[in-house]
Amino acid sequence: DQVLHIVPETIQQVQHLQLLCSTFMLDLWKPLLPEDIRDGEDLHIRVPAPLVQEMKDSLVQHMISYRVLIPDVQKLVDQSMPRERSSHRQVSGDYVYTEYHPMEEIYQWMTQIQKNNSELVTQHILGKTFENRTMYYLQISQPSNKTKKIIWMDCGIHAREWISPAFCQWFVKEILQNYKTDPKISRFLQNLDFYVLPVLNIDGYIYSWEEDRLWRKSRSPYENGTCYGTDLNRNFNSSWGSVGVSFNCSSDVFCGSGPESEPETRAVAQFIKSKKSDILCYLTIHSYGQLILTPYGSTTKPPSNNEELMQVAKEAAAALKGKYGTSYRVGSTASILYSNSGSSRDWAHTIGIPLSYTFELRDTGTHGFVLPADQIQPTCEETM
Amino acid sequence: DIDDVGHKYYLELELEDVLDKDRTVSCTAEVLYHLGSKTSAPDVQLTVQGELRSTEEADKEFYNRIRSLEKELVAENIPDSHGNVPPELEPIHLLAWVASGYVIWQNSTENTKFHLAQVKHVKQVKRNDEDLQFDFVLLLHEMVSQEVLPWEVTLLWHPQRGARVPQS
Repeated sequence: DQVLHIVPETIQQVQHLQLLCSTFMLDLWKPLLPEDIRDGEDLHIRVPAPLVQEMKDSLVQHMISYRVLIPDVQKLVDQSMPRERSSHRQVSGDYVYTEYHPMEEIYQWMTQIQKNNSELVTQHILGKTFENRTMYYLQISQPSNKTKKIIWMDCGIHAREWISPAFCQWFVKEILQNYKTDPKISRFLQNLDFYVLPVLNIDGYIYSWEEDRLWRKSRSPYENGTCYGTDLNRNFNSSWGSVGVSFNCSSDVFCGSGPESEPETRAVAQFIKSKKSDILCYLTIHSYGQLILTPYGSTTKPPSNNEELMQVAKEAAAALKGKYGTSYRVGSTASILYSNSGSSRDWAHTIGIPLSYTFELRDTGTHGFVLPADQIQPTCEETM
Repeated sequence: DIDDVGHKYYLELELEDVLDKDRTVSCTAEVLYHLGSKTSAPDVQLTVQGELRSTEEADKEFYNRIRSLEKELVAENIPDSHGNVPPELEPIHLLAWVASGYVIWQNSTENTKFHLAQVKHVKQVKRNDEDLQFDFVLLLHEMVSQEVLPWEVTLLWHPQRGARVPQS
């Protein structure tokens, strides 16, 4: 169905339009009644899909100019419904990617994704969280006789950054939906495997749904259970505990009792270490800030391959900006954000993974961590 | 650098109207951070070059709506966990932003970066004079420490006189 915008210029045109309305029983959006159609005034008519061509032909025949105001009414209706029926049915039922999902649903989603895409996706156990929840990652890998390099991406290391797990889910959906038809994605999969961890800090994520929306850390207890949580992104073994951290458990940047003191950190570190010779790129997704951050956070001394790191990041930022005009800044954490130690990105680089980046997604502070769900789609689309 | 006094910054800013994205206004500002002092707010001088859009009608409508409420307005979690703000609370959200501006100004140093994370609680307090009074509990996020801290602040607002934070 389409909505056409017409401004009739003569009485004859008005009469003809009134005739069309009554003959085809068209849905007049503006004005309300055919008798209110006036020359020189805006007319908006919804034309059912089967009649669209005939209607347009008739307008042309009578030299009535028109403009298509809404090219697809159903699409607009679907977008404005809270419980959107996603047309991505073949990928994973009707999962709504433009909403935030609690952990239970994300677990179910992973199972479905593997089930519906078993030729490409396998689900694996990474480890367990402090509260004994299983951490799963998804491996997207096209069967082939050559060993492929790996791109690793984790989301949700900080509980309150909800847009991050939303992006991981979106990313998986996009790859699976388009790998057969999009030449870029199909080429990626010929040469690379994607390993995606949709939620790293599961305990914290659940806590941010149930108790405190702005919680950041994990949920391991310290000081006799009077204080909770380690900042997992200060807990990795990269200049651990040296700068930008607190040794006080009540701080939001508490770095834990030692490097890799937390089970979540160990689960990730162990796995990445075991695969490090095959991992080409380590990505960790956060919000907010609109930044692409390169190593390091603990020192301003640049990493050995800084030129390459910056080049790739700058190209990524430019591509991102091309979509909706969103600006991302690029640089090392220490130079454009603040000093910190123990980050997963720094650690990945120090053990030898050449391309290691932290993405800080939308926005720049207007909504901060509480990014409205209607920004999920544009954020994810531009980041793809 | 100004010896024995502090650091002065000269800024050229462009303000974007949140409610009318194509509208921008240029300003210049001078900000002086006092040396060593963690207890005094930076001095700020601001010059607006150009005109701010008139919001007289919307202000009046909001003012009358609140004044005619039988029970004092109370609300929590603006926006909610999913980032939504009900339309009738949007003006309260905007006033909270103004209030957060005051708190941020009072607590900023050269090493802090604050943003309003969420309005935890707001309560209207009816007054005998013409001002509207809102008591806020605001959650402010500080980027360097990553802390999110609650701040209590009272804001008075009047359609002609604008917003102010009363000195307690």
